[in-house]
Amino acid sequence: MTDIEPDATVDARGAACPGPLMDLIGKIRGAESGDVIRLLSDTDQSLTDVPEWTEEAGNELLAVEEGDDHNAFYVEKA
Amino acid sequence: MTERIVIVGGGTGGSVLANDLADRLEPELDAGDVEVTLINDGPDHVYKPVWLYVPFGQREPADGRRALDELVDDAVELRIDRVTDIDTESQRLTFHGNAPTVGYDHLVLATGSTLEPDQIPGLAEGGHDYYSESGATALRDELLEFTEGDLVLSVIGTPHMCPAAPLEFVFMADDWFRERGLREDVDITYTYPIQRVHGNPHIAEWARPIMEERDIEVETFFNAESVDPEAETITSMEGTELDYDLLVSIPPHGGVDLIEEAGLGDDGWVDVDKHTLEAEAAENVYALGDTADTGVPNAGSVAHYQAGVVGQRLASEVRDRPATATYDGKTLCFIETGMDAASFVEFDYERPPSPAPPSEKLHWSKLAYNEAYWLTARGLL
Repeated sequence: MTDIEPDATVDARGAACPGPLMDLIGKIRGAESGDVIRLLSDTDQSLTDVPEWTEEAGNELLAVEEGDDHNAFYVEKA
Repeated sequence: MTERIVIVGGGTGGSVLANDLADRLEPELDAGDVEVTLINDGPDHVYKPVWLYVPFGQREPADGRRALDELVDDAVELRIDRVTDIDTESQRLTFHGNAPTVGYDHLVLATGSTLEPDQIPGLAEGGHDYYSESGATALRDELLEFTEGDLVLSVIGTPHMCPAAPLEFVFMADDWFRERGLREDVDITYTYPIQRVHGNPHIAEWARPIMEERDIEVETFFNAESVDPEAETITSMEGTELDYDLLVSIPPHGGVDLIEEAGLGDDGWVDVDKHTLEAEAAENVYALGDTADTGVPNAGSVAHYQAGVVGQRLASEVRDRPATATYDGKTLCFIETGMDAASFVEFDYERPPSPAPPSEKLHWSKLAYNEAYWLTARGLL
């Protein structure tokens, strides 16, 4: 468990299309620099999608909590 | 006591539902035990898929408009007015001006999507779209004159209406310029927010090789941050800058403000149970179509199928029977792959899409459905 306090959470569990990464990007778009967004996703694809995008966009993936039925991603907006 | 069903929004979901209820609850409506009211903020029903063809000079915006009072059954009370507040505690709606408030026993929200280009600095001035009547006609004026340069289609808003339409636009533009001998003078670039060319991996996997074959440039991980109309550039959050001569965007979308103000969900989308379509934050409220945050595409077919489910559930509730109808995520889309060919997908929560091989037959099926749509709006198809 991480002790990071997110500024906002995006619960994308069950999101099929356009999917959790799109939901995360939408939230990051409206966030302030330095804000931490927590993404909840039950799609395994997020384990590769989210790190790829955060690196591409210059944001920081602070932590990933892997759970039984979903994962939590903590992303800080650059 | 008369049981009052109020539907807000006269697009595909609202109109199909109103006509569905007029048929399904005919005995109760005749007896005065139930009344169904459809509220829309304008007199016309608008069929938005027509707009894809407007920029190519193939359809007119008027082809996608019909008066609601011609489409909706006479047993439904049609009210042209703007709802300004939803009170889910007292179950009342407030209207623009000084009109008396209206109570409901069952509320259905089908308010749809609105465009929010102002979220991206410079987009309203520098970009065109085909997601509105005015946008489609302005784009038509540009596109018909466009004979050389960089055409950039940028998908900015997600979720957005008709997820297939950005692919359709670039496939159609490619074919249209080729047929006119102009393709070598026009570079087409397609940008998408994530690492694929479509949100759905199966559709993305199908579309990507077609784009390569047709020489459509692709920029993935491109989330537009700003547009410079003077310099004719669009810049992404990821730091990529593209030059354009004609920018076509899918602008950011949002729902209507009153949904968030009523505490029903963020950004104008109602949080619902994705099977029953009941609002999670209030009793006796349903949402359907774009308004219902189900994770399925914002598409007319979705609104159409969901209207059937909500119609069945409301009829059960009116008759004091358990409501058992549920929505399974069914979505159906034709996807134009050129000016004379189209593909087709059908999928649901459990079964992923598998695009059909493009054919002329499917293209004509799409055009035929666009005409037959008026039967759907009337609740007949």
